[in-house]
Amino acid sequence: MTTAEVTTEAPAPPLSMRAEGITIKFGGLTAVRNVSFTIPKGSIVSLIGPNGAGKTTFFNVLTGLYSPTFGRVYLGERDVTGLAPHRIAGLGLARTFQNIRLFNLMTAEENVLVAMHSHMRSGVFRTVLHSGQQRREEREGREVARELLEFVGIGRVRDEYARNLSYGDQRRLEVARALALQPQVLLLDEPTAGMNPQESARFVDFVHRVRDEQQIAVLLIEHDMSVVMRVSERITVLDQGEKIAEGSPADIRNDQRVVEAYLGKTGTEGYGSDA
Amino acid sequence: MATSARGGSRSSLQRMRSLPVLFTVLAVLIFIFYQFILGNLVQPVQDFVGGWLPLTAVNQCLIWATLAVGLNIVVGYAGLLDLGYVAFWAIGGYVAAWIMSPFFSQWKVNIFGSALPGLETGIHVNFWLVLPIGAAFCAFWGIIIGAPTLRLKSDYLALVTLGFGEIIPEVFRNAGDVNGFNLSNGTKGIDPLDPIPTGPFHLLPGVPANLGPFDNTYKFVVYGLLCAFAIFVSLRIRVGRLGRAWLAIREDELAASMMGVPLMRTKLAAYAVGAALGGIGGVAYATLTNGVSPDSFQFANSIILLAMVVLGGMGNVWGVLVGALILEWINSTGLAQFGTSFNTAFGTSIEFSSYNFLIFGALLIIMMLFRREGLLPEARTRQVLQEPERGELEAVGADLEGTAV
Repeated sequence: MTTAEVTTEAPAPPLSMRAEGITIKFGGLTAVRNVSFTIPKGSIVSLIGPNGAGKTTFFNVLTGLYSPTFGRVYLGERDVTGLAPHRIAGLGLARTFQNIRLFNLMTAEENVLVAMHSHMRSGVFRTVLHSGQQRREEREGREVARELLEFVGIGRVRDEYARNLSYGDQRRLEVARALALQPQVLLLDEPTAGMNPQESARFVDFVHRVRDEQQIAVLLIEHDMSVVMRVSERITVLDQGEKIAEGSPADIRNDQRVVEAYLGKTGTEGYGSDA
Repeated sequence: MATSARGGSRSSLQRMRSLPVLFTVLAVLIFIFYQFILGNLVQPVQDFVGGWLPLTAVNQCLIWATLAVGLNIVVGYAGLLDLGYVAFWAIGGYVAAWIMSPFFSQWKVNIFGSALPGLETGIHVNFWLVLPIGAAFCAFWGIIIGAPTLRLKSDYLALVTLGFGEIIPEVFRNAGDVNGFNLSNGTKGIDPLDPIPTGPFHLLPGVPANLGPFDNTYKFVVYGLLCAFAIFVSLRIRVGRLGRAWLAIREDELAASMMGVPLMRTKLAAYAVGAALGGIGGVAYATLTNGVSPDSFQFANSIILLAMVVLGGMGNVWGVLVGALILEWINSTGLAQFGTSFNTAFGTSIEFSSYNFLIFGALLIIMMLFRREGLLPEARTRQVLQEPERGELEAVGADLEGTAV
């Protein structure tokens, strides 16, 4: 709690995303209670918490899937509270999914091109007429898609159907697709689920590369503490719908409430070695 | 696995190039045969062709194919199950009847029209102008009908479209007296329609200035062109931004919206384009039957069109074309002819054409059992139905490993 207050006093850095006093109620159940949260430009921040802490619900508010009961969400300077998901996506918020959700019967390249929808203009008539503008747009889109696929390291499987890619390549394709939105913020929902430690380590490097080369802020939801501690600059911890801590990995590691939330007060089960 | 996907897309690309040529050649041959050859053949051959494949049946097949290709945009491309497509067929037909006939005799308008002598009152707009008007009017109604209904998902959408498919023909049936204004002539329907003008082409030898009810060979050219137009639009629109968005919605709506695809607008676009092609089919159908009546737009038509799409290969225009041609031929001629031959051969008196829905139903069940992807499936769908997903296979592998441990 104290760490949260410290950050609000610091001179405000330019923010990519900001959520203020988010509360979400489902009927009588409060899933998230008065959580505020910022993502500074070009930073890598993580959202962690035990199962059922409200991470995914909070995530869904950011992406516009749920409207918050109270509170507001800003992307850059713009208030995006209550906008439809596709509008928020078009304004620069991209995400990947915990359970991979690619367009299985489309090729890798097509998957990436779909995400450029909001940056393309051609409608029914231009497409049917193959106007010069439409052809240029398609050609340029294809080039960008290829570059993105190269960037995530799966350029060679560009023409394969997404369903035929290996698990790791599917995860990479999801990132490439998200980057095609030209986002300000990239939300990664448990990206290392199902990866072994070597793959996770490579993934940490990859997240840094995304941030450095594409100038994108990254928000991570993650269970693997070794990944979280290595990749994040700041960590926010949710427990039972409330923010219980916020700060650098070192702060979080030593925060009594976080340890209690994960281990229970007696500290006899689960997560011991990681937290 | 990797090579098979690539190989599949390459062969489908080759097929895409050769199929238009094949169908064009076929159309030209049919035209030449009926126009120049058939009349010179011996009488038994003429009778045989007239019985089994009269040109009116071919024309009817082409119009059904145009409609099926339009429905394919909604069902096959965007994955929206529409059980009321006949509504747009009806709207297109009535547009043609309104502005191509002497029906509104209180007015006298002629815009490059081809009014029959003695029937100059009413609104007479040139057929070639009626086509875009009908298409635009249907697209407009597609958006009006789609805006509330497309918010629904799968089964619910199907039910509501079914409702609209029933409502629209009922509206026409009952709009013979709207506060004293005769909008649709009630159950009697509207006829006759103006003939199709050929414009500058009537300068060619043998081409009449207006295509009346008996100029079937030239009408064949007209309907062939309309069908080709529907196919052209379908193929073009598939490969661009909109086509990809439809596919994405068909695959995973939530993911598509998270990738910036506006669901409502994109679905409405599919509905509007489908409706516009339905309108073109409707206008053409009205000129073929030389009139419209509310009885010709029945729920069964929506289902037959859907059967054509499914049988032919959902999502693949060429498959849908083949499916439509075959089914409509069976429905209009094949079955009745087979019945006549069967009855004369065995001395029975079974009325085969009344069993058409039984046969279609059985056909669909057989297809679902043995070739779910349709006659000429889309390369993508064939993938799903014939090859297990890599993830599934690997999960099986993991399970086996699990039991070994």
